[in-house]
Amino acid sequence: MKYNWNWGILWQTSADGHNSWLMTLVHGLGWTLSAAACAWIIALLLGSAIGVMRTTPSKWARRIGNAWVELFRNIPLLVQLFLWYFVLPEVLPKGMGDSLKQMAPPWGSFVPAVIGLGFFTSARIAEQVRAGIQALPPGQGMAGTALGLTLPQTYRHVLLPMAFRIILPPLTSETMNIIKNTSVALTIGLIELTAAGRSMQEFTFQVFEAFTAATAIYIIVNLVAVTLMRWFEKRVAVPGFIGPAAVGGGAH
Amino acid sequence: MPMIEIRDVSKWYGSFQVLKDCTTNVEKGEVIVVCGPSGSGKSTLIKTVNALEPFQKGNIVVDGIVVNDPKTDLPKLRARVGMVFQHFELFPHLSVTENLTLAQIKVLNRTPDEARVRGLKYLDRVGLMEQKDKYPGQLSGGQQQRVAIARALSMDPICMLFDEPTSALDPEMINEVLDVMVLLAKEGMTMMVVTHEMGFARKVAHRVIFMDEGQIVEDATKDDFFGKPRSERAQQFLAKILHH
Repeated sequence: MKYNWNWGILWQTSADGHNSWLMTLVHGLGWTLSAAACAWIIALLLGSAIGVMRTTPSKWARRIGNAWVELFRNIPLLVQLFLWYFVLPEVLPKGMGDSLKQMAPPWGSFVPAVIGLGFFTSARIAEQVRAGIQALPPGQGMAGTALGLTLPQTYRHVLLPMAFRIILPPLTSETMNIIKNTSVALTIGLIELTAAGRSMQEFTFQVFEAFTAATAIYIIVNLVAVTLMRWFEKRVAVPGFIGPAAVGGGAH
Repeated sequence: MPMIEIRDVSKWYGSFQVLKDCTTNVEKGEVIVVCGPSGSGKSTLIKTVNALEPFQKGNIVVDGIVVNDPKTDLPKLRARVGMVFQHFELFPHLSVTENLTLAQIKVLNRTPDEARVRGLKYLDRVGLMEQKDKYPGQLSGGQQQRVAIARALSMDPICMLFDEPTSALDPEMINEVLDVMVLLAKEGMTMMVVTHEMGFARKVAHRVIFMDEGQIVEDATKDDFFGKPRSERAQQFLAKILHH
């Protein structure tokens, strides 16, 4: 294979006429991180609420929670983004649909991307939150209840603090997934990191440099994310606590 | 008026009846030991008293409040009924002091300072003052159970329920927990204790309830129960556990 490597391309002026190609990629990274952060907040809030609903005594709360999870985890992410981007504006009343379609770029793609990715990930987080709560001994909830705590207080002060600690490792994976999954948003026109790499490749034909650089950036970002999550895991570690089996199990 | 009044309580899991017309009273200051083979419904019965377990038939009245009345403010009632569990159920992410103060602050609306003073007073009573900043996972089982007792006492309960408080403990730790319970009984606390510790029953119980297959088979004063249990089933049970 004959290929002219030219890493200098990263410092050459890009198609926009003022910035370098490297800056184009960094700009794309900015959108990747913004979309990931917004989607992450939506996913964590919704996922926690849905996960909690699936463990409550209320039959209806459990049903709604189950339906939510099955809906959003059984449709491919790409299809979900298409639904939010192409289909939603058509099925809404005309005025609302039109104002969605006329949102100025990049918001016209950013908003559906964030909602799609946030809802998709919320289903996954809901599963983890549910599993985390159910991993706790049933006596924990009973102890809270027996002390007079209300159901919301029992969740807030007894169940969730431990459940979230238990699921921090899978939540770390989910954080990294959400960063990587933002790349799907290029299909609805968001110029995030992968799209920026592709545009660099299309204009310069330096396909290896473009995607090697993008790959390196993804890896660096995810390494930072992992390091932060590890640090956080250590910070909130419970002294003397090893795993779910040890909750209330005593020191034998 | 009895402190705890249990009237014809029946409970089913689906078609399986776990409690069959259970009736008994616990007077103020009385210590009741509930025993029986495993699966006899004794833990279920004690958990109906503070409505941790719902039941389908009968009535339970605690200090004049009907537990099974839908209008009853259950969290408020439960806050006044102390409960100690087989597996301690301390909150692992909270320090010993925080375990003692959480419900005082959130349920009784005490200030953190008040709650701390009250909690530490009881921690001192169970002899664990020096552990106040540790976490449950750093304590032995016996210590955890004593903290759990202190946690329940910090709420100023009108009565205490113990659900097999020593059966998850290593043998050498059982006595430190029983000692605390004996002390409590001698101070006049109303107690309902599910346990197989017949030594404890002999020492402080006023009455012993023997359950089998969801029924209260025997409900007798301590002397009657140990002297001449009327039912054959209770005699067999006693022979088995007093054998060693």
